[in-house]
Amino acid sequence: MKLSGAEILWECLTREGVDVVFGYPGGANMPIYDAMLSSSVHHVLVRHEQGAAHMADGYARASGKVGVAMATSGPGATNLVTGIATAMMDSSPVVFITGQVHSRLIGGDAFQEIDVTGITLPITKHNYLVTRADEVAEVVREAFYIARSGRPGPVLIDICKNAQIEKTEFIYPEKVKLPGYKPHSHAPKADLQRAVELIEKAERPVILCGHGIIMSGAEEVLHHFAVKTNTPVTSTLLGLGAFPASHPLSLGLMGMHGEAHCNLAIQKADLLLAFGMRFDDRVTGTLNTYAPGAKKIQIEIDPSELHKNVPVDVPLLGNLKTVLTDLIPMVDEYEHEEWLKEIGEWQTYGEALSIMDWPDDGKLYVSHIIHDLWTATGGDAIVTTDVGQHQMWTAQYYFLEKPNRWITSGGAGTMGFGLPSAIGAWFAHKEDEIWTVAGDGGFQMTAAELSTAVQENANVKIAIMNNNFLGMVRQWQEFFFEKRYSAVNITSPDFVKLAEAHGVPARCVTRSDEVQEAIEWARNTSGPVVLEFKVEKEETVYPMVPSGAALDQMLRRPMREMV
Amino acid sequence: MQYTFIILVENKPGVLNRVSSLFRRRNFNIESLAVGRTDNSEVSCMTIVADCANDLDAHKIEANLYKLVNVIDVQDVTHQPAVTRDLALIKVRATPEQRAQVNNLADIFRARIVDVAADSVIVEATGTEEKIEGMVELLRPIGILEMVRTGQIAMTRGEHSGIRRTPGANGNGWHEEEFVVEA
Repeated sequence: MKLSGAEILWECLTREGVDVVFGYPGGANMPIYDAMLSSSVHHVLVRHEQGAAHMADGYARASGKVGVAMATSGPGATNLVTGIATAMMDSSPVVFITGQVHSRLIGGDAFQEIDVTGITLPITKHNYLVTRADEVAEVVREAFYIARSGRPGPVLIDICKNAQIEKTEFIYPEKVKLPGYKPHSHAPKADLQRAVELIEKAERPVILCGHGIIMSGAEEVLHHFAVKTNTPVTSTLLGLGAFPASHPLSLGLMGMHGEAHCNLAIQKADLLLAFGMRFDDRVTGTLNTYAPGAKKIQIEIDPSELHKNVPVDVPLLGNLKTVLTDLIPMVDEYEHEEWLKEIGEWQTYGEALSIMDWPDDGKLYVSHIIHDLWTATGGDAIVTTDVGQHQMWTAQYYFLEKPNRWITSGGAGTMGFGLPSAIGAWFAHKEDEIWTVAGDGGFQMTAAELSTAVQENANVKIAIMNNNFLGMVRQWQEFFFEKRYSAVNITSPDFVKLAEAHGVPARCVTRSDEVQEAIEWARNTSGPVVLEFKVEKEETVYPMVPSGAALDQMLRRPMREMV
Repeated sequence: MQYTFIILVENKPGVLNRVSSLFRRRNFNIESLAVGRTDNSEVSCMTIVADCANDLDAHKIEANLYKLVNVIDVQDVTHQPAVTRDLALIKVRATPEQRAQVNNLADIFRARIVDVAADSVIVEATGTEEKIEGMVELLRPIGILEMVRTGQIAMTRGEHSGIRRTPGANGNGWHEEEFVVEA
C-alpha cells in the first residue's frame, strides 16, 4: 500500500511505542501535522519549541523510553537547539523531528530554510536529512535504535516537505543496518581480572556512581556490588537516586556542592570505582590534585570518556550493567571497617555545620523548604529542577531512594529546564506526584509553558524560590568578585497573579510556619499549582569547591553563633 | 608529532563534514586529509594526518571517531609498516633552455613532466612527503609558479595492520552480516 512520507512517519512512531509527542506546527511540517489527525499519538502543543525539547527530555528521563519533539523548519528548529544540547550533555534519548523546505529549494535561502543538520551536528548523537519519502521508515527505525542504545543521546531527523507529501510503498524495515555502530557489551576478561586485583588490595575504596547506572538499569547490581564489597557510594548530580540515600553505605552528592565527607573520601581514597560517570570538572575540582593516592577503575560504554580528564588504571569498556554483573562473582567480601569509621567522623562534623539544625528564626531558607517538601511527599515525588542555587539545595536535601525520579540539567546546566521537564515527566507517570523546583530567574525563561500545563491539565506542582536575585551568579560575585553585584538583581512579576492569569491556583509563602500547610494545600489541589516562596535573599550554597581549587579545599558553612 | 590514521567510513553525503567537524570541536589539528573510494562502493577511505602530543591523544582521536555512527574502522598506522604517498603537481618556470635541467631533476626523483608550455612545465611527483619536500627544495631556485598536493594516503604492508586502541571496535573491512542488529 502506498502511503505519504508523513503517514509513514506516524506509523513508524506508533511501532516504536510512542504515545505522546511535544511540538509546534509551521509551514514546513504541515503535512506531518495533517497526517497526525489519523494517528492515535497524543500531541502536546507547547508555547515555545525549547519547551517541547525539554518536555521530551523530561519524558525520556522519567520513563526510560525515547522522547519525541517536533518543530518546523528555520526558527522552529533553532528554538529546539538549547534543548537538544541539554539532552546531548546528559545522554538523554530523544528523537527530534523537524520539517525542512522542499529538497529542490535546499541551499537557496528559501523562506524559513536553515541548515538544521549542520547546526545540530555537534549536539546530536547522529542526525539525518531526509529528502525522499522512501527513506522515512528506515531513518526513523535507525534514529530510535541509535537514540536508546549504547550511550543514549538525541537524534535529529530533518524531513523535507516533499518527502512528507510524496507517496511510496511502505516497507517496514525489520532490522537496521549500521556497519559503523556497534555498542559495547562485555569487557574483556583480562581487564576484569586486573580490576579485581585492585579491588582486593584496596583499603579505602569509594564508588563514584554516575548517570550510567540509571541509564543501563544497573541499580540492583550496584547495590549488590556495594554491599558485597562494603564500599561506600558517592554520587554525581545525575547519579542521585541510583543508590538509596537511606542506605548506610550511601554518602551522598560529590563535587562542587557535594557533601564535604564525600569529597574528603574521594581525596583520601586508595581506589576509585567510577561507574558510569565521566569525571566532569564539577566533580573533580582541579585535576592535578584530584584523588592523588587513588588507583582508578572506570566502567564506561563510550571509549572517548576513558582517559579524557582523568587517566584510569583499568578502563572497562562496556555496558555498565553487563560489566558489573560479570565482575560481582569475581570479587570477595570485604570489611573496610576503619575506612567507613573515618568517613563517619567527617560526616558527623559536617552535620554540626548543617543548616538543618538552625533554630527556626521565621525566615525562609530554601534548604528548609526542600526538607519540608521531602517530608510531605515521603521522598517519593518525581522532582525536576531548574539550574542554580535551588538545584543544588534540592540535590542536597531531597533524598532519593529510587532512580528516574530526579530530573535536572547536569552537563548543560540549562535554565528554564524545570517546568517543561516536569510536564514531560507527568506524561510518563500521570499517577505520580510531580514537583518542579525553580528559581525566580529560570522560571521566567520558560514560564510560558504554564499555558501548556493548563491546556493539558498536567498535575504538576511548581515551587518558585524567589530571592530577587540570580542566586548562583550572585554567590560567585560575592565570593570571587568582591561582592560587586553585576546584573543579578532581577524583578519578577507577581507570580501569584501570573499563575492566576493562566487559571492556575497559586499562593505566596513568606514565613517558615506557612510552608508545610502550603505544600499540603498544593498536594491536595488537582492540576497545576504554583507556590511562590519569598526566601532569604543572600543565602549561600555550602559546601563549595571554588573553581580551580582542589576537591577537599571546600568553603564550609561558618559555625553559627549562638543567639 | 604527526600521527597517520586510516579511517573507513560509510560512503554517504556529509560524512567528511562529520569527521572534520569532530576534529575541530575536539581541538585536534588536521595536517592533511585525503578521501577517496575503496574497492567497495559503500565504503570510503580517509587518510588523516594529525598533530598528537602522544599515544593518549591518538587514543582520543580514535575513540571520538567511533562516536560517529558512519565511521566503520580506525587504524593508527604511524608506527606500523605502511606505504604512504603524496601526489604533487608543480608548475615550474622553464624557458626552453632550462627544460633539460628540470627534466633531469624530475628523473632523479622519478617524477615526470606532464605539460609543457612556452615558459613553464608541470612536474608530477609521487612519493613520501619527504621525497616531495626534497624535490621542491631543488626546484625552488629555478622558480616554482604554482604547486598543489593531494595530502597523504596510506596503506599497511602485507599482513600488517595499524593499531586499534579501542578494544572490541569494529575491526577492519566490511562484513555486512556482523553489523545487522535487531533494533
